[in-house]
Amino acid sequence: MTVLPVAELENLRVQAEQDLAQVTDDAALEAWRIRYLSRGQGRITAAVEALRSIAADQRREYGQAVNALKRAVEEQFTARREALARRRIEDTVQRGRIDVTLPGRPKPLGRLHPTTQTLRDMIAAFQELGFNVAEGPEVEWDWYNFSKLRIPPDHPARDMWDTFWVDVEHEGERPMLLRTHTSPNQIRVMERQEPPVRVLVPGRCYRFEATDATHEWMLTQVELLAVDEGISLADLKGTLDHFAKRMFGPDRQVMLHHSYFPFVEPGVEVAVDCFLCRGDGCRTCKGSGWIEILGAGMVHPEALEGVGYDSRRYTGFAAGIGVERIAMLRHGIDDIREFYRNDIRFLEQF
Amino acid sequence: MKVPLKWLAEYVPLTLPVESLARKLTLGAAEVEEIIRTGAWDEKVRVGHVLHVEPHPNADRLRLVTVDLGDRRQRVVCGAPNVATGQRIAFGEEGARLISGKTGESMVLKAAPVRGIVSAGMVLSERELGLSEAHEGILVLPPDAPIGTPLRDYLGETVLNMAAWSNRPDLFSIIGVAREIAALTGAHVREPSIDYPTYGAPADARIRVTIDDPELCPRYTAMLIDHVQVGPSPAWMQERLAAAGMRPINNVVDITNYVMLEYGQPLHAFDATKIGGNQIVVRRARPDERLTTLDGEDRELTAGMLVIADASRPVALAGVMGGLESEVSEQTASVLLESATFYGASVRRTAARLRMRSEASMRFEKGLPPELAPVAARRAVQLLAELAGGQPAPGMVDAYPNPHAPVTFIASAERLHRVLGIDIPAGRALEVLRALGFEVEWQPPDSYAVSVPYWRPDVRIADDIAEELIRIVGYDDLPSTTVHGRTPQAIPQPARDLRERVKDILVEAGMHEIQTYALVSLEQLQRVQPAEELALTPPLRVANPMSAERELLRTSSRGSALEILARNLRVQRGEVALFETSVTYQRREGDLPEERETLTAVIGGRRLDRWGQPSDEPVDFFDAKGYAEALFAHLHLRPSWEVTEEHGLLPGRTAAIRLGGQDVGVIGQVHPDTAAQFDIDSDCLLFEVRMDLLLQHLHTGRDYQPYSTVPAVQQDLAVIVDAATPAHAVRAVILAGKFVTSVRLFDEYRGPGVPEGRKSLAFAVAFQDRERTLTEDEVSGSRRRIIARLERELGAALR
Repeated sequence: MTVLPVAELENLRVQAEQDLAQVTDDAALEAWRIRYLSRGQGRITAAVEALRSIAADQRREYGQAVNALKRAVEEQFTARREALARRRIEDTVQRGRIDVTLPGRPKPLGRLHPTTQTLRDMIAAFQELGFNVAEGPEVEWDWYNFSKLRIPPDHPARDMWDTFWVDVEHEGERPMLLRTHTSPNQIRVMERQEPPVRVLVPGRCYRFEATDATHEWMLTQVELLAVDEGISLADLKGTLDHFAKRMFGPDRQVMLHHSYFPFVEPGVEVAVDCFLCRGDGCRTCKGSGWIEILGAGMVHPEALEGVGYDSRRYTGFAAGIGVERIAMLRHGIDDIREFYRNDIRFLEQF
Repeated sequence: MKVPLKWLAEYVPLTLPVESLARKLTLGAAEVEEIIRTGAWDEKVRVGHVLHVEPHPNADRLRLVTVDLGDRRQRVVCGAPNVATGQRIAFGEEGARLISGKTGESMVLKAAPVRGIVSAGMVLSERELGLSEAHEGILVLPPDAPIGTPLRDYLGETVLNMAAWSNRPDLFSIIGVAREIAALTGAHVREPSIDYPTYGAPADARIRVTIDDPELCPRYTAMLIDHVQVGPSPAWMQERLAAAGMRPINNVVDITNYVMLEYGQPLHAFDATKIGGNQIVVRRARPDERLTTLDGEDRELTAGMLVIADASRPVALAGVMGGLESEVSEQTASVLLESATFYGASVRRTAARLRMRSEASMRFEKGLPPELAPVAARRAVQLLAELAGGQPAPGMVDAYPNPHAPVTFIASAERLHRVLGIDIPAGRALEVLRALGFEVEWQPPDSYAVSVPYWRPDVRIADDIAEELIRIVGYDDLPSTTVHGRTPQAIPQPARDLRERVKDILVEAGMHEIQTYALVSLEQLQRVQPAEELALTPPLRVANPMSAERELLRTSSRGSALEILARNLRVQRGEVALFETSVTYQRREGDLPEERETLTAVIGGRRLDRWGQPSDEPVDFFDAKGYAEALFAHLHLRPSWEVTEEHGLLPGRTAAIRLGGQDVGVIGQVHPDTAAQFDIDSDCLLFEVRMDLLLQHLHTGRDYQPYSTVPAVQQDLAVIVDAATPAHAVRAVILAGKFVTSVRLFDEYRGPGVPEGRKSLAFAVAFQDRERTLTEDEVSGSRRRIIARLERELGAALR
């Protein structure tokens, strides 16, 4: 074991530092570590181990010097190693730069039909007020579609709903039709259950009429029906007020005015204040500041009696809302026929 | 109904601007669909009086005309040959907006010299006023035209085009509209006072009326008017009729139409001498009876149609149209005036059957009150006496076998509150109802005793009174409240829940939802359904289709989806993947059709590359199956896919989708022949799932298993089998192996290294035990036994 004099330790330090300064990669760093700091081969390790063979009177001075040397060199080694690691990352960053503006790997993107989207929002608005969904058949009996709704055969109110009749005859009459509104399901629901009733009926309806930008012979409707003790026209107004706010914005208001449907009394038409011009008058509201959105009213007592409800005890309201019309208003769609053209250039915008 | 404002003003003061009036009517009574204005001239077009006409010093054909405008005089040059001193004329002052007589375009009148004399203003022709094309001479006004008045106030007309409810026949009359306005504006209605002299023998001594069918004709009144001079009606009446949209004919017909518009009661005038046997019989038509109606059509009548007959034959179709033979002509001197009440539904049915809906039938079908008939009859007789020189016979023949009592009932304030949700103070309620013509008294403690005016047959119960009140008071004071109280019964909607879930899954997978028409053509169905099937359960047909394209209630939605696919493929360059949840309509004897909910999906076009650009690869079966698998995986269902064949799909590339041994759907490549019928010339795929069947296989949700935390051993297993052996048969054997928890196919290979007619299938297999880590021996033992079974049962060889 060579014992270096204390003065030699300083030379060793200078040499180790000079060598370390030459190191530029991980392999050289490891070689350096083996030469100076490894167990068995390291020159600094050896200098530390030499302490044991030093005479007792010199041991204290030597010990302090060699330990200081080892600490200093180890610190420099650590610093060097970290510097190398940092440089490696920086290199990676430099070499591996990508163009983040390139497109991602495309994932297929489908859309719900706008009618479905609006219908879901409408249903959600009414579900918040405790209405349950109840569906019914599209092909209906005249009985449910008209007669039970106080529109008997040869009644002029039938003109309000131009009808597709199904070519099935029974005793010289055609009893089957494509429902012209979702109202027949009011009757079906009430026949099935006792009050309280709070349902909304989404579904397809059919009208025998020529198509143009605002008329389709096939359309989607939502019917609303609530029957219980103590239900009033004010409740109808509040319910539709909530609906209008949910669909068209929290500061919307509704306005009721007089209308006629044979199965309600009083009957009303409901308008919402124009969310485009805020009442100043524009093309959408035809200058009136109000947009008609639905027809409604208090269920006629005779319709209630017709399903066996006590009309003195129970009152109710009903409303029918065209889903496509609401979707057109929300999205600014100006041609209802687009809903059935199903052009992807249309569908992908919703 | 067209309501000319000047006519309306005769019955009720119109104090509001027309727009406000229209708005009030729309909100409280019936919609004013349109405000029609004729003669919207500016205030510089006025009534003038021609004081002098002198020759123009520099032109033979021109004259100098001095016009008095009341507040000043003006001399202008005029070229019209018919201008004359003393005329009332339409005068355009300098600056008036007119239509150019030369060009027909809008222009502003300027002062200009005409042959050396400055002319500031113009005497106007009909063409210059926009009234007609006539330009040969000036428009000459009646001698009582008020000098200086803006012409628009004198000649212009504003007409409200009103919708009317089918339960409100009164709104089909000008007086009816006037009553609404009176109630809405707090005014009073002035009805005409009816009075006339009578002559000779009473009517009931000269004619007899018999009603055979009082149900179809509750009331029939007849009056006789002699010495009528048939000729044109006065100008004011013709103008009013024209403004209301009716063509003037002669004074007798015009008077019946005038009173119909005024009161809403259709009338009919017969030539009294053509009524055989001096009797009117209201009866149903007999077999083989015919009638030539006013329009000249010889019509065959069917039993059940109500006719007006004389002693021997029909002379009119009740409430629909009169007969040609008994029509009032220029020779007519004695008129039998009919004012009757016919049952609405019967008139409607007859009019519809003969396709001759008229102003009269439209009113009758809404159910006219019998009390109206004599009122309108007297009014018409008054006008016949005043305007057509008629001499009315005294009295009226009035057949009214079962007179109606006025409708009276009690409406409690409690009920009104129950319906409306607010109280309307009794004072206000009485005021509104009385303004509408109701006789009503407050009966303490809380009731109204109501007597309904005859012209409101729609009002019968307290709830109707609630509507009368709220529509006149207005809905603005109604509070917005919500429904409260007991919780309604829940209504499970599993079919709807599944439908919405399926939509979400497929949209998430990248498909677009479509919605297509429920009515299709036979030709379209034939492309996608076998002829036998269509013959066995023929699709329901619409009795009144709008076109052959939309005639049948579809029994399959495939054709509709393929049509939409074709349309999109024409404009899209990449993949098009569409689906629809819809119902098909399956005929059932004696019942409504089964509405069978079906998912239909179609895929076509070319796959997108890494850049989202259309690649060269067309979509294939496995693109479609990928969407279908995503659907089933989301629903936690593992269907099997069995080779099958189906109409319109390509054999060898079609599979039945099976759950628990039941076919729930089908998937396949659309047969190129079928695709071609939809104008699709590239490969396209289709899958269809019966939602009702799918619903039966859904998990209830109570099938959770704690997952194993013991690591699995993953191994690959590649075997060579006959090319015809389905992969899922191999997979099933592996999956049955001991400790095997999952098997995924990751490669199918044919080619070098694999014998001809065979294929290599590579599976990633996971071995796992719930409790402990498996030993190498356990895994290799299981693997050995799996391989042995594959060799034995499927002739497989380890690759």
